[in-house]
Amino acid sequence: MNTVTAISPRHAAGQRQRERLFRGATLAAALLVLLLLGGVTLSLIVGAWPALAQFKLSFLTREIWNPVTDQYGALAPIYGTLVTSFLALLFAIPVSFGIAIFLTELAPAWLKRPVGVAVELLAAVPSIIYGIWGLFVLSPVLQRHVQPWLIEVLGPLPLVGKLFQGPPFGIGILTASFVLAIMIIPFIAAVMRDVFETVPDVLKESGYGLGATTWEVIWQVVVPYARTGMIGGVMLGLGRALGETMAVTFVIGNAHRIGTSLLAPGTTISASIANEFAEAVGDLYTSSLIALGALLFLITFVVIAAARLMLMRLERRALSSA
Amino acid sequence: MNRRAIRRAINVLALCLSGVATAIGLFFLGAILWTLLKNGLAGMSLKLFTEMTPPPGSAGGLLNAIYGSVVMTLIGILIGGPIGMLAGTYLAEYGRTARISTVIRFVNDVLLSAPSIIIGLFVYELLVVRMGHFSAIAGAVALAIIAMPVTVRTTEDMLNLVPQGMKDASTAMGAYTWRTVTSVIYPAARSGIVTGLLLAVARISGETAPLLFTALNNQFWSSDLGAPMANLPVVIFQFALSPYPNWQQLAWSGALLITVSILILSIAARLAVSSFTQGRR
Amino acid sequence: MSASEASPRLPEKSPGAPGAAGAVRFEVKHLNFFYGKSQALKDINLSLADKQITAFIGPSGCGKSTLLRVFNRMYALYPGHRAEGSVLLDGEDILAPTVDVASLRFRVGMVFQKPTPFPMSIFDNVAFGLRLSRRITRSELTDRVEEALKDAAMWDEVKDKLHEDGRGLSGGQQQRLCVARTLALRPEVILFDEPTAALDPISTLRVEETLQSLGERYCIAIVTHNLQQAARLSDITAFMYLGDLIEMGPTEQMFTAPKNRRTDDYVTGRFG
Repeated sequence: MNTVTAISPRHAAGQRQRERLFRGATLAAALLVLLLLGGVTLSLIVGAWPALAQFKLSFLTREIWNPVTDQYGALAPIYGTLVTSFLALLFAIPVSFGIAIFLTELAPAWLKRPVGVAVELLAAVPSIIYGIWGLFVLSPVLQRHVQPWLIEVLGPLPLVGKLFQGPPFGIGILTASFVLAIMIIPFIAAVMRDVFETVPDVLKESGYGLGATTWEVIWQVVVPYARTGMIGGVMLGLGRALGETMAVTFVIGNAHRIGTSLLAPGTTISASIANEFAEAVGDLYTSSLIALGALLFLITFVVIAAARLMLMRLERRALSSA
Repeated sequence: MNRRAIRRAINVLALCLSGVATAIGLFFLGAILWTLLKNGLAGMSLKLFTEMTPPPGSAGGLLNAIYGSVVMTLIGILIGGPIGMLAGTYLAEYGRTARISTVIRFVNDVLLSAPSIIIGLFVYELLVVRMGHFSAIAGAVALAIIAMPVTVRTTEDMLNLVPQGMKDASTAMGAYTWRTVTSVIYPAARSGIVTGLLLAVARISGETAPLLFTALNNQFWSSDLGAPMANLPVVIFQFALSPYPNWQQLAWSGALLITVSILILSIAARLAVSSFTQGRR
Repeated sequence: MSASEASPRLPEKSPGAPGAAGAVRFEVKHLNFFYGKSQALKDINLSLADKQITAFIGPSGCGKSTLLRVFNRMYALYPGHRAEGSVLLDGEDILAPTVDVASLRFRVGMVFQKPTPFPMSIFDNVAFGLRLSRRITRSELTDRVEEALKDAAMWDEVKDKLHEDGRGLSGGQQQRLCVARTLALRPEVILFDEPTAALDPISTLRVEETLQSLGERYCIAIVTHNLQQAARLSDITAFMYLGDLIEMGPTEQMFTAPKNRRTDDYVTGRFG
């Protein structure tokens, strides 16, 4: 008869205690995630309060931003943030879509991996690099070659022309949008590629079986199937564009002004904070900048939350069909 | 017949355009790397690593900034990494099906993509205002907060790849979950977790916005965590926007340094994870 | 066809005629089991005796694996899984909430369908459970690991590479390593959940040999899809169908002259 290895009661109690400790530690760490979001929200609200109490809703509707007279309105940075992000998406979506298609449907196997990795590496380059590249390389090129052409050709047109008038500064809203676009292209492309890869082969094969061309299969089978995920990816990119600081700060010109021309300098919420916060004197000035931050957080939260919900729904569908 | 030709033409055109799009994407990667190499290498010398950031017009290096970046990144990952791993462990093991885990996952995803400048503002309110001055430790905490959601996500994903059978076998031997996790699951997922940490380091080592008003900058050598500390991203930011050619040159060299380190980290992470997922098959 | 004819290569079973078995270790009374709302086991009553191998057979989804996971309370890992009734191990109800599940799993070992070596050396794999139980000296640990590997009939194969990663072994060796890992604890009962389903025929043979020799010393329960295996190995066979225990008796009788028509249909291959 063999002797049984019993656990000594003291040892068992010790094990149970450690289990409680470890479980507690992991739970505490997980709850810290929630606490962090709560803390960020709360600190932004508290910090923004003096400015919001002073200016009320006019904070959102006034263009003025004057540290000398202590008058602050967020309209110019809001305008700049929305316009640059919108334009960036306009440039980035078609290119990202093309890259995703190339990677999933077109590229030969030996090209797929290196190109895919290159795109992902482009997404890992820190945004400050895009900023200094935009300032020293891209904006001189735009100033010398692209903007004069835009002013000459598009400027005289009715309506649209207003967007392309004034001197070619090089830096400004349009340049910032362009840098943003380059930054979010790899990001959106990577998500779109992942989404395209969730499309079951059977679906594509049945498309080909009916005699469809590659493009018809993509446009009529893959895209409708992957629509939610594509929109989710685009919105993630939008979330990034809205909150991006360094890439924009270098090339936007930092002017609290709303110009009709896209070639004029402007500012965004994050660029204003980055430029002015460390040097802001006076409680109202600081508070106004934090209020800008709170606004940015609200906008990006809504966009990111919507994007995540869409992608989560997609994931669940992929799981249930698997 | 005609219709078919049109369809085929559209097909070829669309596919060509997708190739062009890819070429555009790769062109920008190439353009950025080329500019970095061209301008950055011009200023590469041993001085970069042995001398402090100079005043305008005189020679110098980036030693204090490199040191500051390394220190703050390390402290950031040492705080954010373990907490993120624990939280990811909760999501993958203890609370896999708990309702609160769904909420935590969602909030973590939001934090993962939240603008980093917001985290800077938060830490400014949390630490800088209370301490009364900018400090390296505030910068490190901001980086930790950015590193944490990345680690939570990758840890959970990697632990989920460990076969359930291995977890069951450990439990069937009388091991409590903490023991199963620390002795069986973590070793089994080791390279995956390392990948997550590497990605987190890559992410925070290039962050600029959250350091602008937490660690600020320091023109001199400082190893005092309670004082402002130089760091590469902020030095690049200030020097690049300055009118002085020697500062701009240092900014380019710093940019090259940072990009190369991050690309190396990303590639290392990729290699680690591919060895991990291949081991699973 | 008799059991011994089915596998002439295996040594003749020890003549422990059913009924003359050892003392009852496990006694199951009115056991019902639920996955959420659906019932997986219906009013099960049976007992497992010492020094005997009891085989559970039946078509997929009949509840045999579920039953096995009640004996060491593995089901408690998953939310919504619930057992009612009583399961007595040496007279103590293991379903009682006060039972320390870790201690229970020390007394009742389990080997799974897929070999699951832990990501550590062969030695550490076998020592894993021992290190959980209490403080243990290095020399005692070494002795117990050697003993367990010998009991699992794999000492000679691995004695020179004890410090290599357990995942580097072949599939059959991995499975016997898992058996050794369980034996190292000197359990009272060992549960086998289709232990050879993922193995090739040669490895299966080796694992069966190991099992056979263990049957003389332990109370063993095995779930298997392989009827020949049940016939070769077990003293007692239990046939389950849709959550019911249809029939249980001496293996030879179950395979040659079952009392129930469903059992007859199953063992002769007419369904399942």
